[in-house]
Amino acid sequence: MKLTLWTYEGPPHVGAMRIAASMTGLHYVLHAPQGDTYADLLFTMIERRDTRPPVTYTTFQARDLGGDTAGLFQRSVSDAYDRFKPEAMIVGASCTAELIQDDPAGLARALDLPIPVIPLELPSYQKKENWGAAETFYRLCRALAGPHVPPPGTSRPVRDLGRRPLCNILGPTSLGFRNRDDLVEVRKLLDRLGVDVNVVAPLGASPADIARLGEADFNVVLYPEIADVAVKWLERSFGQKSVRVSPIGVGGTRDFIEAVAGLIGSDTAPLLNEPTSRLTWYARSVDSTYLNGKRVFIFGDATHAIAAARVATMELGLTVVGLGTYAREFARDVRDAAALYGLEALITDDYLEVEEAVEALAPDLVLGTQMERHIAKRLGIPSAVISAPVHVQDFPARYSPQMGFEGANVLFDTWVHPLMMGLEEHLLVMFRDDREFHGTAGPSHIVRMATPQPQAAASVMSSESQPATIQDVNAESQPDVGQTTTVWNADAERELKKIPFFVRGKARRNTERFALERRLTEITVDTLYDAKAHFSR
Amino acid sequence: MNDLSASISAPLECNDVLRERGQREVFCGLTSIVWLHRKIQDAFFLVVGSRTCAHLIQSAAGVMIFAEPRFATAIIDDRDLSGVAEMNEELDKVVTRLIQRRPDIKLLFLVGSCPSEVIKLDLSRAAQRLSRQLMPDVRVLSYSGSGIETTFTQGEDACLTTLARELPSAAADAPASLLIVGALPDVVEDQFRRLFADLGLGNVGFLPPRGSAELPPIGSNTRYLLAQPFLGETSRALDDRGATRLAAPFPFGIEGTSAWIAAGAQAFGIDGATVERTIAPHRERAGIALAHYRDVLRGKRFFFFPDSQLEIPLARFLARELDMIPVEVGTPYIHRQHMAADLALLPPGTLISEGQDVDSQLDRCRAAQPDIVVCGLGLANPLEAEGLTTKWSIELLFSPTHGFEQAGDLAELFARPLIRRARLGGGKP
Repeated sequence: MKLTLWTYEGPPHVGAMRIAASMTGLHYVLHAPQGDTYADLLFTMIERRDTRPPVTYTTFQARDLGGDTAGLFQRSVSDAYDRFKPEAMIVGASCTAELIQDDPAGLARALDLPIPVIPLELPSYQKKENWGAAETFYRLCRALAGPHVPPPGTSRPVRDLGRRPLCNILGPTSLGFRNRDDLVEVRKLLDRLGVDVNVVAPLGASPADIARLGEADFNVVLYPEIADVAVKWLERSFGQKSVRVSPIGVGGTRDFIEAVAGLIGSDTAPLLNEPTSRLTWYARSVDSTYLNGKRVFIFGDATHAIAAARVATMELGLTVVGLGTYAREFARDVRDAAALYGLEALITDDYLEVEEAVEALAPDLVLGTQMERHIAKRLGIPSAVISAPVHVQDFPARYSPQMGFEGANVLFDTWVHPLMMGLEEHLLVMFRDDREFHGTAGPSHIVRMATPQPQAAASVMSSESQPATIQDVNAESQPDVGQTTTVWNADAERELKKIPFFVRGKARRNTERFALERRLTEITVDTLYDAKAHFSR
Repeated sequence: MNDLSASISAPLECNDVLRERGQREVFCGLTSIVWLHRKIQDAFFLVVGSRTCAHLIQSAAGVMIFAEPRFATAIIDDRDLSGVAEMNEELDKVVTRLIQRRPDIKLLFLVGSCPSEVIKLDLSRAAQRLSRQLMPDVRVLSYSGSGIETTFTQGEDACLTTLARELPSAAADAPASLLIVGALPDVVEDQFRRLFADLGLGNVGFLPPRGSAELPPIGSNTRYLLAQPFLGETSRALDDRGATRLAAPFPFGIEGTSAWIAAGAQAFGIDGATVERTIAPHRERAGIALAHYRDVLRGKRFFFFPDSQLEIPLARFLARELDMIPVEVGTPYIHRQHMAADLALLPPGTLISEGQDVDSQLDRCRAAQPDIVVCGLGLANPLEAEGLTTKWSIELLFSPTHGFEQAGDLAELFARPLIRRARLGGGKP
């Protein structure tokens, strides 16, 4: 049993719904009580979907439990078949129905419908949304493409060099982060490389499309979180190769181009020699020098978090101070990526742990999910959203991909704009005594939670407390006056106020930490500058 | 208003109601935590359930907006189910951690869910055990908000039923008192308190109270008015405590509010002229507010999908005060006794449906092409895309809608989508 205030991922059957809602001609019958129908609003409200997701719920009630929930399930399946006439169905149980053990698989089989009916086993008390989506997609591929798998030992026929190579694009899904626009970018890249697209799945695919996945020469794995299990099966069954490079950022996109070209033996030169993304030049323009070493905290799904760390470091010259994911299935990948930056990855699905990490690290920029955006907002730190779970704002009306060269432009804008512009930073220091730029005025483009730390709490702290959690101590417990306490003297407070507001918080924390470590009872102007020298990088 | 008492006694013919049993497209009772936790300021709601429960509440509430909400889910995992972990010990650990984190909590609700009900986890015993450990700092109570037993607002009914049993007993010779039952926004509560005070009724309690220490006493001299139409079990629990329900239509719109206030006053022997004199200025003001929307709403045909049990009183308000025409009034459940006054005021021949079969109801709705459809968030955008105009029903719960001062706001909620469509040039998107 785990105390959960908020969760990054829904239950696994919501993952299955995302696959069903991505596709055409597929219907999902879910053995579930009425409350589970809330999941429809994820699609109709967040994604502004203009049709109901193709899901029928049995909505059994307590009075049905003593009676015939199995019969109710069978009626729901056959009614849904009659009404929606799908090409294929998936059937399964939500968390509550899993407990009553009605065997949706056997019950559906007994109906002997004239279409493929694919049963799903999604253990609700162990697994989560992305796992459920990946498992559902894999089951669909096996059931629908399985009959076309050549006998073991058959070697893959050599591609007819007279036709363009053919690939599948796998992973884009309903409620995925910017999948709609990423797909356009990736299709464009593949077309320039002379590759035709066989099937995009699950987004927009029909069961008949899934059945012909094996016809492609290779697969492009856009989101391993959704597609990896299915792709591994396709590789084994059809002898297909796959491209797993995520085309996020200029470097990622170039690597993606090289990987595809390497597979099909095509020439990358025309594509790589032309001007591609503005990110490269913008990052080199003089206004960007202030980005040097800005400390960035990154948290999200594995694909986006790993790619963001690379772009932040290699393409924007930032310093990654924290990297993590809520996706335990991909913990190893994120740990490996974190090691590149000398970090230990934060693997957790508890947002309070993420919040503690952000607070302790006090980064200059937070890249994360909507939850990290809220955490950052609360702490007054600039932020941008890079990953699902999605929010209605993650479906902008405008074209806004993350992938490809245009995606790199989008990354530059959305990550850099929340930060203070270089010149603006200097102007603020110059004019900080003017009325408009008084010391406590925040940057005009960031809505700050206008709750300054109470003066007393911020100025006194206990030497017994952990230096890294001074704010927690202030917020949660009274310092014990019997122990050594450290106090800012008036001159030091005045001097602190002369420091630009956007680094003042860090200066205060660093000075207090410096003082605590040295068991100083009073922070003077000298302590402030001693600390500054000590922590200067 | 004078003919009201006569018409209330006319019983509803059961065959007027279309009974549906099929797929329901409604929230479960856990959803009412979204407004209950804001009402009772020192209460925490701990759902004992699955990841689905946690995801439901955060999705329904659009939750990401606050530092740390006063609700959470103790998510049952396979270790609990397989018996590797002892579930009651696990629950105690979760509660201990929670109380350490939130020393501001004085009242903790353990809220049952579909999974906890199916595995028959006894939360009332757990609540007693934990209460013994944590009293006097924290009182622990339990109720079920499971979707196999409760639909949306019935979660509040279950919560208030538990609270009703915990109310302190009034002395046998205590003076008569009035209790208003049903969670209301504080601003509305204050308005009603003032109105009753103007009538000479100072001794008015509210259930739920704003703080857990303010539980109103109850006894045989307690008269109560239901402010919400979905409180069948709460009402029964109050009756068990000796209190008496005052029959009235629900306080939506001018007519409902007038009759509701009058029923309260009458029970305390306040004469009709005083009531009339006291409410007249409020009624007049509400009339001015309503008039702004009458031109937009008059003659418009409306269709309610079942959601909160507010549908029948709201249909009565729309039909009688705004001259709108009901096409179908769907409601998850009809409490015939509590709803009698509102049912009697509906236009004759109104189609009422109880329960749901969402696909066939959608067929009826499409065939009828109403001017406005009141439905849940899962249906609204798809219907808009088909060219129908919709009002999200959940907003009727989240916004202040009761009483004279909100009558105009209530009408505005229905006028808003129609005005919007007109502004955008009508037609399909």
